[in-house]
Amino acid sequence: MKNTFDLIIVGGGPAGLAAGIQAKKAGVEDLLILERDHELGGILNQCIHNGFGLHTFKEELTGPEYAQRYIDQAMELEIPYKLNTMVLDIAREGNEKIVTIMNREDGLVFLRTKAVILAMGCRERPRGALNIPGYRPAGIYTAGTAQRLVNMEGYMPGREVVILGSGDIGLIMARRMTLEGAKVKVVAELMPYSGGLQRNIVQCLEDFHIPLKLSHTVVDIRGKERVTGITIAQVDENRKPIPGTEEFYSCDTLLLSCGLIPENELSGKLGARLSPVTSGPVVNESLETSVEGVFACGNVLHVHDLVDYVSEEAGRAGSHAAEYIRDWDKDRSRDNKENAVRIQTEGGIRYSVPQMIRPEHMEDTVTVRFRVGRVFQDVYVSVYRGEERILHKKRRKMAPGEMEQLVLKKSDLTAAGGLDKIVMKVEEA
Amino acid sequence: MTETRELICINCPLGCGLTVTLKDKEVVKVEGNTCPKGEAYGKKEVTDPTRIVTSTVRVSGGVLPVVSVKTASDIPKGKIMDCAEALKSVQVQAPVAAGDVVLENVCGTGVSVIATKNVSAA
Repeated sequence: MKNTFDLIIVGGGPAGLAAGIQAKKAGVEDLLILERDHELGGILNQCIHNGFGLHTFKEELTGPEYAQRYIDQAMELEIPYKLNTMVLDIAREGNEKIVTIMNREDGLVFLRTKAVILAMGCRERPRGALNIPGYRPAGIYTAGTAQRLVNMEGYMPGREVVILGSGDIGLIMARRMTLEGAKVKVVAELMPYSGGLQRNIVQCLEDFHIPLKLSHTVVDIRGKERVTGITIAQVDENRKPIPGTEEFYSCDTLLLSCGLIPENELSGKLGARLSPVTSGPVVNESLETSVEGVFACGNVLHVHDLVDYVSEEAGRAGSHAAEYIRDWDKDRSRDNKENAVRIQTEGGIRYSVPQMIRPEHMEDTVTVRFRVGRVFQDVYVSVYRGEERILHKKRRKMAPGEMEQLVLKKSDLTAAGGLDKIVMKVEEA
Repeated sequence: MTETRELICINCPLGCGLTVTLKDKEVVKVEGNTCPKGEAYGKKEVTDPTRIVTSTVRVSGGVLPVVSVKTASDIPKGKIMDCAEALKSVQVQAPVAAGDVVLENVCGTGVSVIATKNVSAA
């Protein structure tokens, strides 16, 4: 096989597809998408529920339908891709990157490329990371694993179900298991608020009379060979179980929907700086990581709630990668990170993406996405440059489960010289 | 008699909190919505609630054993479980293309259930 490229995209899910499409439209001819599964589309293939594409297509699509729209575009643009192919390593060699891949046809191959877009997505937080006491019987699945078993492989993981965590996948699976004839007894959530979207609480739990217990967690798993029951208890403000509040539910299955973690083993090995908050790479306005010519988008960068935003973000990564390739022969020695304006987040804002902006490289505006650490009502999101407030936007409600965004103007960042940071925070009205 | 119902709009991820006022079982006011879809949802949810149902049906001879499906339009909320039950006995032959009808007039709703994914023959 051919082994030099201008652009290699790691991952053929919604992010990789949108990045590839945009890069090709921006003039990158010599590109390749690498996908480890047997088909393109990524996690959308198992997200058979509807609600995707409201922003992008102004209609409500199911996951596979949304994916197909992008797959069709990629096919029309004749973007090359390889399925059943695992990326084992990405390394630097001068300005170029060496991508090590493996599949059944080609064996182990080293590919040389000018630019890389990381689009590997995320994975679920497993039981081992949750500190739940009890035996290790069969019948404990992450919600996404159960989703794949039911929706793509045609297996039912169990008949009587307790779900820990109220993230969207947990809520969606509560409904899905119910439709397939299982009895979902309760959804327990550690936090005093749900991590999922309100609409999913209504249409996945309330429609089916499934109780949601906030400030509750699993304190015991019964059963040695197979789960026979789960004990949940209420927790106090320090998230410690309150004695005497235990309730036992007999069940054969426990689904875990306790958060998603960007999948950054490759990025870490490559030496890209990772954010301890997002677990994804730290990026600049061009969605470029600390490794020059390596871009990141979608859930590998930070976990999104809406695929529409993934596609939009990935499209930007694709255009920026195209610019990088176009300017390949340009002298970049002046592009040092010292010109970057850091975005410092405080006062209830957990993180921002991007984390830094190089004003001379940004377009007229840049979209900054962020998440808050707790529920806020009737507050302002403000951005300060020194003492000067450059942005002040009202928000009726913000919650940790919902990604927020604001738009920064180039003029606000270039007006004063010698700027090294701006501060983003939540302010009471 | 006037009564109010508190709802959360499910049209989009905003999840607006709606207050629907009914007088003698007729909707007289929807408040809290940020778009016209919210108003329509508020009215419908208290009079004739409907949902799109998504599920899977069995496929024989395909690269996957199941294919994802949805009701082509929304059906009465009260028929969701009947619809899911009806889909259990449906089996289709690969290849299946997104948009193919797998079941017509599900549970007498007049709505077809269609495939949402391509599953090629094995």
